[in-house]
Amino acid sequence: MNVKDLIDYLKAYNGRELKIMEVCGTHTAAIFKNGIRDLISPKIKLISGPGCPVCVTPTAYIDRCVEFARTPGCHLLTFGDMMKVPGTHGSLSENKAAGEEGAAANITIMYSPFEAIEKAKENPDITYGIAAVGFETTAPVYALLVQQAKALGIQNIRLITALKTAIPALKWICENQNDIDGFICPGHVSVITGSRIYDQLAETYRKPFVVSGFEAEHILAAIYRIVKQIEEGRGRTENMYKNAVHTEGNTKALAAMEQVYEAGPAMWRGLGIIQGSGLYLKDDYSCYDGGSHELYEDMELPAECCCGAVITGRINPDQCPMFRSGRCTPLEPFGPCMVSSEGSCGIWYRNLH
Amino acid sequence: MEKITMAHGSGGKSSAQLMADIFGKHFKNQVLDKMEDAAIVEVTSGTYSIAKIACSTDSFVVSPLVFKGGDIGKLCVCGTVNDLLMMGAVPKYLTCGFILEEGLSIDLLDKVVESMALQAKEAGVMIVAGDTKVVEGNGGMYINTTGIGQIPKGREVSSANCAAGDVILCSGNLGDHHACILSHRMEIKNNIQSDCAALNDVVEGLFEAGIQVKAMRDVTRGGLGTVLNEIADSSGCRIELEEESIPVDEEVKGFADILGLDPLYMGNEGKMIAVVPADQAEKALEAMKASEHGKNAAIIGSVLEGEGTFIKTRLGATRRFDVLYGEGLPRIC
Amino acid sequence: MCVAIPGRVTEINGTTAKVDFNGNTVNVNIGLIEPKVGQYVLVHAGCAIEVMEKEQAQDIIDLFADLEELQS
Repeated sequence: MNVKDLIDYLKAYNGRELKIMEVCGTHTAAIFKNGIRDLISPKIKLISGPGCPVCVTPTAYIDRCVEFARTPGCHLLTFGDMMKVPGTHGSLSENKAAGEEGAAANITIMYSPFEAIEKAKENPDITYGIAAVGFETTAPVYALLVQQAKALGIQNIRLITALKTAIPALKWICENQNDIDGFICPGHVSVITGSRIYDQLAETYRKPFVVSGFEAEHILAAIYRIVKQIEEGRGRTENMYKNAVHTEGNTKALAAMEQVYEAGPAMWRGLGIIQGSGLYLKDDYSCYDGGSHELYEDMELPAECCCGAVITGRINPDQCPMFRSGRCTPLEPFGPCMVSSEGSCGIWYRNLH
Repeated sequence: MEKITMAHGSGGKSSAQLMADIFGKHFKNQVLDKMEDAAIVEVTSGTYSIAKIACSTDSFVVSPLVFKGGDIGKLCVCGTVNDLLMMGAVPKYLTCGFILEEGLSIDLLDKVVESMALQAKEAGVMIVAGDTKVVEGNGGMYINTTGIGQIPKGREVSSANCAAGDVILCSGNLGDHHACILSHRMEIKNNIQSDCAALNDVVEGLFEAGIQVKAMRDVTRGGLGTVLNEIADSSGCRIELEEESIPVDEEVKGFADILGLDPLYMGNEGKMIAVVPADQAEKALEAMKASEHGKNAAIIGSVLEGEGTFIKTRLGATRRFDVLYGEGLPRIC
Repeated sequence: MCVAIPGRVTEINGTTAKVDFNGNTVNVNIGLIEPKVGQYVLVHAGCAIEVMEKEQAQDIIDLFADLEELQS
C-alpha cells in the first residue's frame, strides 16, 4: 500500500456523506497546506474543531494580559499567535505600540517559555508574566518551568494561564453534536496524554478516534482508517502516529502536570464554560499565578458572529455572514479564529479568498 | 484605537492597506498609481520623449545593523538598485539620507558607509547627494536611499504585462535574509547568510541573452506569495506554482519549521522573479544560472488564463495561496 | 493545536540539550524525557516532549506497513 492507493480510495469514495472532525488547529493548517480536500471525495467533509488555543480564548484573558503588561515593573512574554487577538482595550500588538494614551506596554514575543528563567535571573526587579496559553502539549512545558523556577528560588515569574484540556471538549462535542462521524485526534496532545485516553470516548460514542501526525501521508492515513472503520461498523482508537505517540503517553510529563496543576472550569469561546477543562496552578505554586482564575467574560460579538458554530464545526467559516460580507477579515477580526494562524476562519480566508 | 503596528511594515496586506488608505488617497497621480517597484517618468523635449527614467526610494531600518552576509550599508544600496533594475532600468545615481541616534559608534558608521561605497561601485551607481540628521535614541541608525536609472530603448517591463503562456522564474533560494535576521533575534545558531545583493548581473544577463522579459519583481518583504499575488492582480491572470520546484535551502527550511514560518512569505534582499514567454524559458533559466546571483535559479510556475494564485502540492493537489497577512510572527500554537 | 518538529540531539548538558534542525542549533529543555545523543526528539515551545524512534522517511514507510496490517 502506498500514498497513491490512499488517494485513489478516498477520491473514489461514494458512500454516505461523512463528517470527520480534525480537532487540532495544526492539522487544519496542514490540511490546507497539503490541499487534502482536493485529494478526497467531496462526500468526505473535513470539519475544523476547537483545537486552536488562541481561538477559544475569551476577551477577559487578553484584557488581563494587557493589564499586566501595563503594570509598572512588569513585562509580558507571549507567543506570536496571541499578538493580534482583539481585547476590550486593544490587542497586545496595539498595546505594544506607544500611543496618545500613554507609553507602550512591555511585551516581548518569545520562542520558548524557558526564556523567562534567564530574563528573571538577569533582571530581578522586573516581574515577567508569561501568556501561558495551550493544551496538553504545552501545559507540561509550563509545569516544568515553574518547577525549575521554584528549585532555583526565582520569584519574579508569573503565569497568566489559559490552559485547557482537549478531552473534556471532545466529550462536549460528542454529547452536543451527534453528526460527527469520526475524529482525527490531535497528534501532539496525544504525545503527552497517550492514545489510550480516547478509548473511553470511542467506546461510549461508538465512533472512530484516529491519532494522526502532521505529514500529508499521516493525515490521509487517518482519514482512510476512519472511513474504513465506519464502513466496517467499528468505533475504536487507532494510532497512526506511532513514531511519537505511545499508548500510555509521556508519563514524566503527565506526572509534572499532576504535581503542578489542578483541574477547574474553563471558558471556551463559542462553547461556554466546560467543567474540568481548565488547568490552574495548585496552592504550592500559587505564588507564580498572575491572576488566571475566572477570566470568563467575553466581548460582545455582533449578533451575526458565528464563532461558536465555526469552532464546533456546525458550519464552515465561509457560511458565517460576517465572513461572507467581509466584515470579519484577518486585518480586522472580530473573533480570534480569524486572527490566529491556526484559526479555521483565518485559514479559510487566506486560502480561499 | 487605530494605531500603526508592526504589521503595517510587513510588506503584506496591512502595508498595502495603509498605502491605499493614506498615501494613495493624498498623493494620487498617474505615475504613482501604477504602484511598481520604481516610478517611470519621461524626459521630454517639446513633445518628443527623449529618455525614460526610473526613480525609486527606500528606507532601511534593519536590526541588527551588521549581520551575516552584509550590513545596513550594503543593504540600502542593493535595495534601491534592485528596485530600479526590476523596471529594466540601468541604475545610475543614488542619494542617501542618514538618521543617526545619539550614541551610535563612529567606527560602526564608518564601516557602514565604507560598505555602501563598495557596494555602489560594484552595482555601477554613483552616490551623488546626502543628508545627515541626529536624533535622541540608543545608538541606532536608519538610512534612506533614492535611486535614478535610465531605461534603455525597447525594454517594456511591468507587473501588468503577464499573460497566459508565460513562465515564472525565481533567481534562487527563498527566505535567506529573513531567516538570517530572525536567527539573530531569536538566538538560533546556524550558518544562514543574508542573500543581500545587487542583481545587476541577473537582469543584464537576461537582456543580453535577448530574453523578452515581461515582468520582474524583487522578492523582498512579504515574500514570493505576496509578490505573485500582486502580479496576478496587475496582469489579470491566474498563476500556478509547482511546490516542489520552489528553491529553498535545507537550513532555511529547518529554521522556518522551528518557528512555524512559510518560506513562501519570508523576505529576501537579493532574489527576484522574472516572467518570460514560455518559448524563452529554458534560455532565460540558462542566462540566470550563468550569473553569480542567479546560480540557484529555477522555473517555478506558469501564467494561465483566469485569476488567483495556486500551488500544485507534492501529492498533486491544487490549493490557493494569498498575500501575507500580519507580520509573519513566530508561532507555536 | 501545537506545532512541534523533530530534531537530532547533538549534545546534552544537564537539563538542556543542543538539538539540530537541518543545521539550526537550538538549546532545548529535556526535563520531560531522557534522550541520548544522536536520537531524534520532538520539540515544542523550546522543550523536547518525546523521543522519536525513527527518522521521518522510515516513519512514513512504517505507516503504510501499519495500514496493511490493519487491513488483514
